[in-house]
Amino acid sequence: MDIYTTKLGSLNNYEKGSIQIIKGAKTDYAFSNIFEVAANAQPYEKTIVGKNLKFIIESVRAEGQSPWYTASHDEFVIAMDGEVRVDFLKLNEDAVIPEEQEGTHLAGEQPDGKVMGYVLLKQGHQAILPAGSAYRFEASKPSVILIQTIQGPLSIEKWNDICFT
Amino acid sequence: MTVTFEDTGVNVIGRDEITNYASFQLGKFTFSRDEYFAKITWEAKNEEYSHLMSVDAFLRALMRDVAWGFFYGWVNFDHVIGTQNHYGTVDLYAGTFNGAFKEAGVDYVENFETPVIMETFKAILHDWVNEGFDPFAAPEETGSAFGRKNGNNSEAIDRYRIATKRMPGLEGDSPLRDDLPVNRHFQDVAQDEPVVYCEPGFEGELSGFNLFKYLSRSDVTWNPSVTSVCKESLFCPTTEEYILPVFHGNDRVEWFLQISDQITWDIADKVDGSPIARVIMKAGDIAAMPANIRHQGASTKRSMLLVWENATPDIPDRYASGELSPYPVQF
Repeated sequence: MDIYTTKLGSLNNYEKGSIQIIKGAKTDYAFSNIFEVAANAQPYEKTIVGKNLKFIIESVRAEGQSPWYTASHDEFVIAMDGEVRVDFLKLNEDAVIPEEQEGTHLAGEQPDGKVMGYVLLKQGHQAILPAGSAYRFEASKPSVILIQTIQGPLSIEKWNDICFT
Repeated sequence: MTVTFEDTGVNVIGRDEITNYASFQLGKFTFSRDEYFAKITWEAKNEEYSHLMSVDAFLRALMRDVAWGFFYGWVNFDHVIGTQNHYGTVDLYAGTFNGAFKEAGVDYVENFETPVIMETFKAILHDWVNEGFDPFAAPEETGSAFGRKNGNNSEAIDRYRIATKRMPGLEGDSPLRDDLPVNRHFQDVAQDEPVVYCEPGFEGELSGFNLFKYLSRSDVTWNPSVTSVCKESLFCPTTEEYILPVFHGNDRVEWFLQISDQITWDIADKVDGSPIARVIMKAGDIAAMPANIRHQGASTKRSMLLVWENATPDIPDRYASGELSPYPVQF
């Protein structure tokens, strides 16, 4: 039987593609590489790599322990490289942020809530970050996670630094 | 046995005595096939115009259009034939988004109620797809589309886009794919699931799954299927091999994130089809597809692609009116 090797990217081993322009500009495509973005970012800096009106995808370098986060809506995390633990708290009602506030928010030093449990994510694993919970990431080695969310106060835009121009 | 369409209002206009394939009428379009080609005819300037497509390419394109429920915006089967989704009605066009046809005035477009065109397209698939040909598969994985009528493959063509409410595997949501085999190109993809530990009282509230494993078991190519829902933000990953059977012109911006391996995208003008760029994406690359282009991808090895859509209903009008730029970010 033929053997095929599936090429995945990682923080230390990625190869960026390219754009061949006939008409228009390379910036039209906002083309970046999530591993390059994470490699050049501070731990838990939430860099926007995809934006469709208010909705975004963030590439995040997970390293050490993150602050506690929360959102008024579901968010999702996919581990793209390394291993990440996510701890969850069920926030008490008065600690849940109002529905009209979208995006990821800091949940404070010690959020007011009950321990829900945790998930352990390896490369390719996805988890839901349920609305109304608080969550915190922990990675013993530098790792890369993608976050599907809405643009919020912690989201960073730096297209000029990350995209083909 | 041949399928009968009397109950669905599909207009079968004949059956070829030699090849045994049915021909179909849809408004002023006719569809017929022979051993090698699908033939589409229409009228312009009081003359009959016709267009041939290799029947394997035609059936692969038709399969996507049916499975996606006409998808978002323009689904170009090739440089002449295609559909535009108006979400309730659908335009079928010939040459309307081809610069030369349009300029010559020999294009034709007709609007149909979605169920009417859907039933006709399904009937064509049921009649024209032979036993052993799976129009959802890559060429290396399936038999031939060519030749005279030889049975059918209803099982292959009755697979539709998976609807997910929040995330696959959650209670009451779409299933994981543990019962499907790992594709031959993804035998090296890890099959372990994440550890999910819930404290007593929170069972079922936390959830995770191996997305790459899920994709490694996809039994179709080029079929975006929802795996996470953040309001109108939809992650629709899919596994890609050979050529995207359509040139997709979206009525909104969409984004691609290449999860594994490599895809080359041919980018052309949405309105006239002239070439604009070639975008080569490798693992970890993410790029926008602006709202004023059409694109077609090519993937030698079966690869994992995240297609990211914003399903907000009013977006097409906001692009069409010029309120929104076709480019998602300016810098």
